[in-house]
Amino acid sequence: MNGLFEFAYGLSLWLMQVVAWIFNFIGLHDVADWFTSSGVVYFLTNAVAALIVFIVGFLISITFIWEERKILGRLMDRRGTQVGVLGLFQNFADGLKAFVKEIIIPKDVDIWVYNAAPVILIGMSCMMIGLIPLSPDFALANLQTGLLLIFAVFSIAPFAILIGGWASNNKYTVMGGMRAAGQLIAYEVPLLLSVASVVVLTGTFNLGEIVAQQQNIWFFIPLILGFIVFLTSIIAELERIPFDLPEAEAELVEGWMTEYGGMRFGLIMLSEYVRGYAACSVAVILFLGGWNGPSFIWPEIWFILKVFILFAIFIWVRGALVRVTTKQILHIGWKVLMPLALVNLGIAIAIKMLGWL
Amino acid sequence: MAQRAGLAAGGKTGEIVAKELIDRFPEYVKITKVTHNRVFAMVDKVGLLNVAKFMKDALDFDHITAVSGVDWLEEKKMWAVYHITSYSNRVTAEMIVELPRDKPEVDSVTPLWGGANWHERETYDMFGIIFIGHPRLERILTPEGTDYFPYRKDFVGGRRV
Amino acid sequence: MAEMWLNMGPQHPMTHGLWNLRVKIDGETIIQAEPIIGYLHRGWEKLAENRMYPQIIPMADRLCYGSSMSWSHLYCSTVENMLELEVPERAKYIRTIVLEAQRIGSHLMWLAALGTDLGSYTIFLYCVRERELFLDLMQNLCGARLTYNYTRIGGVRNDVPANFERDFTRVLKVFEKRLAIVEALCDESAIFRMRMEDVGKLTAEQAKNLGVTGPNLRGSGVEYDIRKDDPYEAYSDIDFDVCYETGCDAFARYRVRVDEMYESCKIIRQAIKKIPQGPYRVKPPRTAPKGKAGWAHVEDPRGEGFMYVIGNGDDHPYRLKVRSPVFVSVSAAPAYLVGYKIADVPAIMGSIDMCLGETDR
Repeated sequence: MNGLFEFAYGLSLWLMQVVAWIFNFIGLHDVADWFTSSGVVYFLTNAVAALIVFIVGFLISITFIWEERKILGRLMDRRGTQVGVLGLFQNFADGLKAFVKEIIIPKDVDIWVYNAAPVILIGMSCMMIGLIPLSPDFALANLQTGLLLIFAVFSIAPFAILIGGWASNNKYTVMGGMRAAGQLIAYEVPLLLSVASVVVLTGTFNLGEIVAQQQNIWFFIPLILGFIVFLTSIIAELERIPFDLPEAEAELVEGWMTEYGGMRFGLIMLSEYVRGYAACSVAVILFLGGWNGPSFIWPEIWFILKVFILFAIFIWVRGALVRVTTKQILHIGWKVLMPLALVNLGIAIAIKMLGWL
Repeated sequence: MAQRAGLAAGGKTGEIVAKELIDRFPEYVKITKVTHNRVFAMVDKVGLLNVAKFMKDALDFDHITAVSGVDWLEEKKMWAVYHITSYSNRVTAEMIVELPRDKPEVDSVTPLWGGANWHERETYDMFGIIFIGHPRLERILTPEGTDYFPYRKDFVGGRRV
Repeated sequence: MAEMWLNMGPQHPMTHGLWNLRVKIDGETIIQAEPIIGYLHRGWEKLAENRMYPQIIPMADRLCYGSSMSWSHLYCSTVENMLELEVPERAKYIRTIVLEAQRIGSHLMWLAALGTDLGSYTIFLYCVRERELFLDLMQNLCGARLTYNYTRIGGVRNDVPANFERDFTRVLKVFEKRLAIVEALCDESAIFRMRMEDVGKLTAEQAKNLGVTGPNLRGSGVEYDIRKDDPYEAYSDIDFDVCYETGCDAFARYRVRVDEMYESCKIIRQAIKKIPQGPYRVKPPRTAPKGKAGWAHVEDPRGEGFMYVIGNGDDHPYRLKVRSPVFVSVSAAPAYLVGYKIADVPAIMGSIDMCLGETDR
């Protein structure tokens, strides 16, 4: 059991003892014993640990939104949000606004599919939060195939986008959904190839072991090509500028999300930033040494710092570049990134065979 | 290659242009005023297309600046006013064609200069001057279903002063 | 996908103003295009027949609200041509300076709109920030930021303020440095180049025949600028180059306008040094004889602007005709668009620099 679970165990044990004391006081001793039995405490430990991980991940994702607005604002020679202390309350204000908006559903939508799309998106995104370890002590799961599972969950997004665009009963959202799904699927190939190169070097899918093997050298130095391919593919996967053609085309008003309003739109927006957090975390784990760093700060803080800095680079790219068109997206994805990813894979295999790492 | 559209060697001044026009079409063209870079002429309706063709081919008038209409209600006539520029000669010519007000029809110069297309459509829309041979003479600025010609003098808008 | 007609507009985030572009697409390729205008038609020319000559000057400002000084100046030049009125030298130089400042402001607005079309709000905010410098200068001069109502028939409305030369010199120095930054942001961006190069090609012959003028014509290689080839105001005394490019594509038109901004700075600097002393206005006659006509054409930031006026014997015009450069550029839109993809439409139409106010009048 790592630090998180010990903390959760302690907390749930204390909680159950308080509840048991109340029941003992009433006089129901059997119920009190049931509450402090190992099964109940074990279940509660897992629930509390999951809740803590979820809240931390959620708050970090929301802070991403704040970071984006502030840094993008400064790049454009303006201040970002000013609501509250340093602008940190803007997200909660936005969430509240999305919550209280009127729910408008277009006529003739397929209501089950229409509601399913944002649910799938946000559900998968939260699942990814659970799979990301912030340090050996702060990990909810330590799977041997953790990396594989993260990317499997990550890749469900095109499916949700496609059904969301189709269910909205609008010929333009169908086109937008198909374009978005096409872009996301096309960019997963270089993405997974660059991840494969790291797996070749380390020989494991376990996130903790990948970080442990980066004690001496962070992997982005020998695998610099893979790092660049990974970052570019992630920007395309997150549908950020310069690759946000599905979202903000000149003739499709908001792309596949046009007919979603209110809280559904809020959830979709949130899921995009949660996926951004997951993607940046995976990039830090694979290439930037994860939570390795000098020991005067906690490894969790070190990890979060690296993730924020990486996201700041994404924001910088967004501020400086213009959008690419469909023809150029496919050209970049297939003709530029994929060969680079293959070359990178070759480098990784060569390094492994020569035994340098 | 970039084409220097300014005064080429041997470019024709306004006086030379006027003289060549009068020599070629004495019965259609009447020059009212000439300066070194302006020519003002009245052209007969019948000969407009021939004069325009000559100006385009022989005199290098390659850009049509505007086609306008003027409604002379009391004199019972309309004018179609053409302003044509020559890039290489740096001369702008103003040709006025007089049309009877009850049957304002004139040949279209759109086959010669594509730039006249929308100008002629607007003149038709506002004055009712029919340009024979225009590829698509429809209303352009007023909404569909308008059955009057707004800029004619007998269509009275609001008079403020 | 089969062929279908797609309506881009009239309410659309991409269109600059209110017009409709119907395109017939086959999958992604445009095979036919048809612009539909007239949504902003105000009957300007008919309104002008019911106004006194000085009352039309603020109306002319609102023809194209993005470059209003050049339109009110064009109107005053037309009436001065009709009345055969000679404007004093000082007024000519002042008009030249404000016209060039207006040209810079208009081109900055164009570049800002182009940035939003392509998806970069950074370009938009940088250009609008630089434009504020010039709007402040104009506010010092005549009190207004957008529609100036500054030129009068016979000169300008008021003389320049006290710190005119100092303010302009300071602004130009700062502006040229900042324009270099914005230019680098666009030029050195491979994605920007990829989107603008080889799209919207219009050969010189096509451009001349279709009546396209201004930076659109000069981007196709034809070196014709009314300021040089048919000078008006003080342009004959000032030394500047005509900017042209041979690329014929959207990137060439972009380069022409950016170069024109640098040239305008040069012109303003020379004109400020050469302003003569003297009156800034002459009093024009109040009425014009019936049947007397006059016309003038100028190099508007968007092309060749032209006005034709006929007098009525009293203080109203009989006929006032406006030729707008964008009217013709929009009519040439099919020539720009056919054969390219739908995704190229914002880049191409953005490079043409449209302003609907003057198209529909």
